[in-house]
Amino acid sequence: MAFLVLDRVRKEFGGSTAVEDFNLAVEAGEFVSFLGPSGCGKTTTLRMIAGFEKPSVGRISIGGRDITNARPNERNVGMVFQSYALFPNMTVGQNVGFGLKLKKVGREETQSRVNELLELIHMPDKGDSYPHELSGGQQQRVALARALAIRPQVLLLDEPLSALDAKIRDELRIEIRRIQRTLDITTIYVTHDQEEAMALSDRVVVMSRGVMEQVGPPFQIYNYPETRFVASFVGKLNQIPGVVIDSKTVQCGDERLQTTTPIEESPGTAVNVMVRPEELDIGAGEENQLVGVVESVNFLGAIVRVRIARGEQMITADLFNERLLELPEVEEAVTISFPAHACWVMKAN
Amino acid sequence: MTSLTSTSVEGQRPPRSWNWVGILPFLLFSSAFLLGPAIILLVRSLQANEGGWTLGNYRQLIDPQVLEAYGLSVRISIVTAVVGGVFGFLLAWAIIYGGLPRVFRSLLTTFSGVASNFAGVPLAAAFIFTLGRIGMITALFGFFGIDLYDSDFSLYNFWGLTVVYMFFQFPLMVLTITPALEGLKKEWKEASENLGATSWQYWRHVALPVLMPSILGTIILLFGNAFGAHATAYALTGGTLRLATILIGAQISGDVLQNQGLGYAVAMGMVLIMGLSIGLYTILQRRAERWLA
Ligand SMILES: Nc1ncnc2c1ncn2[C@@H]1O[C@H](COP(=O)(O)OP(=O)(O)OP(=O)(O)O)[C@@H](O)[C@H]1O
Ligand SMILES: [Mg+2]
Repeated sequence: MAFLVLDRVRKEFGGSTAVEDFNLAVEAGEFVSFLGPSGCGKTTTLRMIAGFEKPSVGRISIGGRDITNARPNERNVGMVFQSYALFPNMTVGQNVGFGLKLKKVGREETQSRVNELLELIHMPDKGDSYPHELSGGQQQRVALARALAIRPQVLLLDEPLSALDAKIRDELRIEIRRIQRTLDITTIYVTHDQEEAMALSDRVVVMSRGVMEQVGPPFQIYNYPETRFVASFVGKLNQIPGVVIDSKTVQCGDERLQTTTPIEESPGTAVNVMVRPEELDIGAGEENQLVGVVESVNFLGAIVRVRIARGEQMITADLFNERLLELPEVEEAVTISFPAHACWVMKAN
Repeated sequence: MTSLTSTSVEGQRPPRSWNWVGILPFLLFSSAFLLGPAIILLVRSLQANEGGWTLGNYRQLIDPQVLEAYGLSVRISIVTAVVGGVFGFLLAWAIIYGGLPRVFRSLLTTFSGVASNFAGVPLAAAFIFTLGRIGMITALFGFFGIDLYDSDFSLYNFWGLTVVYMFFQFPLMVLTITPALEGLKKEWKEASENLGATSWQYWRHVALPVLMPSILGTIILLFGNAFGAHATAYALTGGTLRLATILIGAQISGDVLQNQGLGYAVAMGMVLIMGLSIGLYTILQRRAERWLA
């Protein structure tokens, strides 16, 4: 049996449903992210695991113990908040040691555990500082150490990096993953930043309007999205409208596109052919081809983003940058190509 | 919209700044009503009643009568500040965290706003009419066979005045501590619960320590508030309760036993005590702001 289990969990506030039929089994030591747009119920789900909200329906268990109705202070989970939430009246050391003090752990043991954690977050000499003397990134490290000090069974993080600037965010992201691996602690990480979710997680739960859309490893989510929402929310996506010819072919304007993913819609159905910008090449190819006129060329460093007008429609192609790359000219007529295995078909809405 | 934009463009000021004009009223006000009187007070306190400079007025401060007046003022200020402070804090806490209906909250805030400014003759009169020897409440108690004045209680002694002062002390506490209580972050409570704290442990280890500078600061404010009060006590007791402020009044403008120089020296002593309280208040307030910002 999995370590952390949410079984048919549902949460209503007044009349409206914030989380619906949430089923998830997290293995011990696994890092799972909840990813989704604002208001989709990520925080609510996390708070139910922490005990700050009670599920309206369903059960939650950790390590085989049903904690659905346990109070927050009777669960052994560690929580990290977006706003750090360090106690301003305590030093860093006192903050980290607070949970141990409540557990009546002896002074010496507490001290050595605090030192160990300060070492882990690379702040061994900040034990006597006060939170207001630290930067945002440092405060969040301390908050992480404080949550970990009590050796929680599960670590919960609610958008812990979103109040920090980009550079610190990237650094701390790597730190969080390193610490998680070191301690091998089961972790749930809430974010609306897909790159963050992809970079950190063993598995991602994509949510929309209180519903789980798809659960899977980042590679799976990105390359084999199961719903339209996941396809368009995660990563950039070209959607080329057309009509089904047979189980492998779609007519898009004057061109015919092939896919190796079997088309389930019957011939004559209006569909979209989905293909990621990085799958596209400029120049003739062996399988699918489209023609259009270059609208813009943006140099983004590692990639070059080319936007191509195909009648009314815009198609984005991300070319991998290299010295020998020949950049297309704006207003140049070009042929775009991509292999049949790169695209799939979804019913038009 | 267009006209608005064009005026603001035309109205562009030359680089020379007139910003200082804005604080002119403040400067005038503070020199007229604070600095000026303080200097006059200092000068007068150093002058003998017969003319000429002297330190004699200050030497008289150790007179038992004067020390007793200071003592009484300090005692009544401390008692009303601490009791009013604790009571006001508990009330504010009950409003914000005690789950009282919202109506209560606005009702109490309005009441506090009015009551904290209700002092002097009207306040004294209100109490005399209700708790005085023939006041309504006294009469009501009497109707049930309880004579309030049979015990040691009197509106016109130390405890009577304490009760009257309480009427403006605790509302002031409610008004000033409410924003601090509201400044406690929800996440602090949740973080401490998450670490295993009970509600009591959260208050004991986090909320109260975080609020302490605000609480102490406000209690000092209440102390100053009571320490400087004059009209209420005078109207109530007619000067029989010898507070420092009443002593000053008697020395400076009384009919008998007048000693203006001493009056000014006593006043300077009060300024000093007030100054110390304000200093302490400022230090505490600064800490509170850093924590609750
Ligand atoms: N205490 C509450 N009372 C009423 N409605 C709530 C409460 N908490 C959350 N909701 C509602 O539940 C829904 C989900 O909210 P939640 O905070 O879980 O979203 P989220 O995915 O964390 O969004 P964000 O990315 O903005 O943090 C929202 O529609 C929100 O308005
Ligand atoms: Mg949220």
